[in-house]
Amino acid sequence: MAKDLRFIGRRLLKALPLLLAVVLFNFCLLKLAPGDAAEVLAGESAAATPEYLAELRARFGLDRPVHIQLFNYVWKLAHLDLGYSFRHNMSVLDLILGRLSATLVLMVSALLLAVTIGAALGVLASNKVNSWRDTLISIFAMLSFATPVFWMGLMMIVLFSVNLGWLPSSGMETIASGNTGLAHVLDVSRHMIMPVATLALFYVAVYTRVMRASMLEVFNQDYVTTARAKGLTENRITLRHVLRNALLPLVTLLGVQMGTMLGGSVLVETVFSWPGLGRLAFEAVFQRDINLLLGILLSCSFVVIVANILVDVAYTKLDPRIRLS
Amino acid sequence: MPTRTAFAFSRRAITIAALALTVGPSPLFAQTPVNGGTLTFALSPEPPFILTSINTTLQMGMVGSKIMESLLKLDVDLKPQPLLAQSWEISADGKSYTFKLRPNVKWHDGKPFTSADVKFTVMDVLKKLHPRGRSAYAKVTDVETPDPLTAIIKLSEPAPPMLVALASSYESPMTPKHIFEGTDIAANPAVSKPIGTGPFMFKEWQKGSFIILEKNPNYWDAGKPHLDKIVFRIINDASARAAGLESGEVQIGGLSPIPLTDMVRIEKNPALTIETRGYAYMSPFMLMEVNTRKPPLSDVRVRQAMAFAIDRDRMTKLVWMNYGKPAVSPIPSSVTSFHSTDLPKYDLNLDKAKQLLDEAGYKAGPDGKRFKITHDFVPLGSDYQRTGEFIKQQLSRVGIDVELRSQDLPSFFRRVYTDYDFDTTSLYYGAFADPTQGVQRLFWSKSIQKGVVFTNPTEYRSEAMDKVIEAAQSENDPVKRKALYLEMQRIAMTDLPVIPLMETRFTTISSAQLKNHTVTADGVIGGNFADVYFAK
Repeated sequence: MAKDLRFIGRRLLKALPLLLAVVLFNFCLLKLAPGDAAEVLAGESAAATPEYLAELRARFGLDRPVHIQLFNYVWKLAHLDLGYSFRHNMSVLDLILGRLSATLVLMVSALLLAVTIGAALGVLASNKVNSWRDTLISIFAMLSFATPVFWMGLMMIVLFSVNLGWLPSSGMETIASGNTGLAHVLDVSRHMIMPVATLALFYVAVYTRVMRASMLEVFNQDYVTTARAKGLTENRITLRHVLRNALLPLVTLLGVQMGTMLGGSVLVETVFSWPGLGRLAFEAVFQRDINLLLGILLSCSFVVIVANILVDVAYTKLDPRIRLS
Repeated sequence: MPTRTAFAFSRRAITIAALALTVGPSPLFAQTPVNGGTLTFALSPEPPFILTSINTTLQMGMVGSKIMESLLKLDVDLKPQPLLAQSWEISADGKSYTFKLRPNVKWHDGKPFTSADVKFTVMDVLKKLHPRGRSAYAKVTDVETPDPLTAIIKLSEPAPPMLVALASSYESPMTPKHIFEGTDIAANPAVSKPIGTGPFMFKEWQKGSFIILEKNPNYWDAGKPHLDKIVFRIINDASARAAGLESGEVQIGGLSPIPLTDMVRIEKNPALTIETRGYAYMSPFMLMEVNTRKPPLSDVRVRQAMAFAIDRDRMTKLVWMNYGKPAVSPIPSSVTSFHSTDLPKYDLNLDKAKQLLDEAGYKAGPDGKRFKITHDFVPLGSDYQRTGEFIKQQLSRVGIDVELRSQDLPSFFRRVYTDYDFDTTSLYYGAFADPTQGVQRLFWSKSIQKGVVFTNPTEYRSEAMDKVIEAAQSENDPVKRKALYLEMQRIAMTDLPVIPLMETRFTTISSAQLKNHTVTADGVIGGNFADVYFAK
């Protein structure tokens, strides 16, 4: 355990230069985009005067040279201050913390759902290769892989909210319901059904395919043949000998996909008006809210780095031959 | 055309009695309102804060106008009516406006609303910090407060448009002196938790999700409001807004909440109503800005040819599904006191267009093409993209090759208003209830302000035009003022730096049960919703 923690600490320390590079790269990239936050705000106001724009720029710090702006930003970061979002009139950290839980709830539920269903389907498919069951699962995987996430979400809204009226079409909870405790949990769960299903569907497909391929590969290994020769039942072989080894590629993928899942959540959060980070980031782009966007990108990089470290630790638990170094 | 004077300010020295206190039965109030209920309002995008005295984002107005009120309001015919001021009087020389305030009006925190608040709002907030206030209140020299219920606005010279600016809770909400005085207003936490005199009080704002307002039990207009709560839900996806309205989870959305392509379905839904009134205050209209800096667009004949080549009737029907009216002038017909139709006309005429282009020296090449221009449509959704595609198709018929450019909104602003790197654009402007507020910026050479959005980007300069505009700004005689604006329209339609395309009809879509949401010229954007209720 202590060894694990030391490893995690060391890796985090090594990640610092990487995070700094992320900040520099993002800052330059965002500064290349035409237009700034003051223009956007003035544009939304449908009118402005030069004095009004100048005042906004001075307030936002946009009137200073770019390298000074960058220096100021990094200086603030060094003091763990993510800056201020003028578009939202709030500190970036408060904004991110306010939205992070909504996105994490969505992502973690979708990820768990996707991994469970995907792994189960993969195992079922690999167990009877080329049977009708395998074919059916493969077709399902192909269809869900090919379906655009936002389209799936909209179709679910049309069916379950507009036509049937079973599920709420948007939001995270019934507003001003005053629900607490269990009632609140149930309320949020009801709101989560469609967004989580939408986000999970794509990943179910990916995990099903990966799991199936990985299971088939392990089935061909010599030690499986040995196990069969020992007279073990097929179920026991699948669950005890094959599954554990076949999970390794899946875990690798999981780490990598933390990042892409954030991208998917932008679409899902937009379609379902889910108050999460993905949508916040998406809007920040169009509002040229650079402080906010940098803050979100930085925290996402951090989440991805941590996820990858955890994946490395998970490897060692799954396969003791792999060592942390 | 209608000749009735829609603007009370345009008459000399009138006193208007407290109409609101003596309102008799009118069709709007035919039913007895029902008390109670929560109204859910679709809002998008989420505003940065809720104080329209320092920022005029329309979405901010939708929330703020329920909480904070102005001295007057404009009815749907753009006539000023009492709100926080019971009556007002304009001196004969047009340089002194006396407002008698309604007694016993209290801020939500219990402090009385007085003329000191009026003075603070006009002198320290609107005149200094409001995006349009600097020009609307430019001629205000002082606000005198002889007693707590009298405020006298003093001007250096007549400024007829000022009254219209004052008469909207979206444009000029009264701002509490005791909360903001001596603070950095933009940084004051009260910009996000406003305190007003309105029928609803701010309760809670969960960023990214919703804003809740609650009924003000001590509202000055006893018996109102009828609703218990208003919940503004932030729904940024157009399809999700449509689904919310159709499933009944959301009961109202303003500023055309769903794309026109979905309107066919909404129109057939008996549970929903579509309202197009309530936008006269901003009077939105579509126009094409033409960059006159370089040939061939510097030639007026080329601009006229383009106007002759675009079929505005078809555009209104096909692209905008009749939610609009073909435009003939830069002052829309909703601004009845100033709109003119006696102007150079550009009805569809392809032969005339071709002839003008030939005369200008741009003969068609062997491939039928004369020259190539770019067109930047405003990136505000599919309706505007289809407008761009329509214009491209129309101009191709007379040999003008158009390259469409799409981009995101900040890039569009930067390209058109800072870099001037464009040939033609299509977008909508607010003409507002007075041409000084909305229309002059398109044609006034002093409005060529690099880097300032929605000002004259076409590099149009005309001495004759400048003279007319500047004279109209301080002309106190309504007849002379109207004549000046008729002349302005004539010059504009001759020189055509801007080709008017269509008067936009924005829609407010609401539950059929919801009544009285549009009773002022600023509709859901500036209306205070005191009269709104759900019919059983």
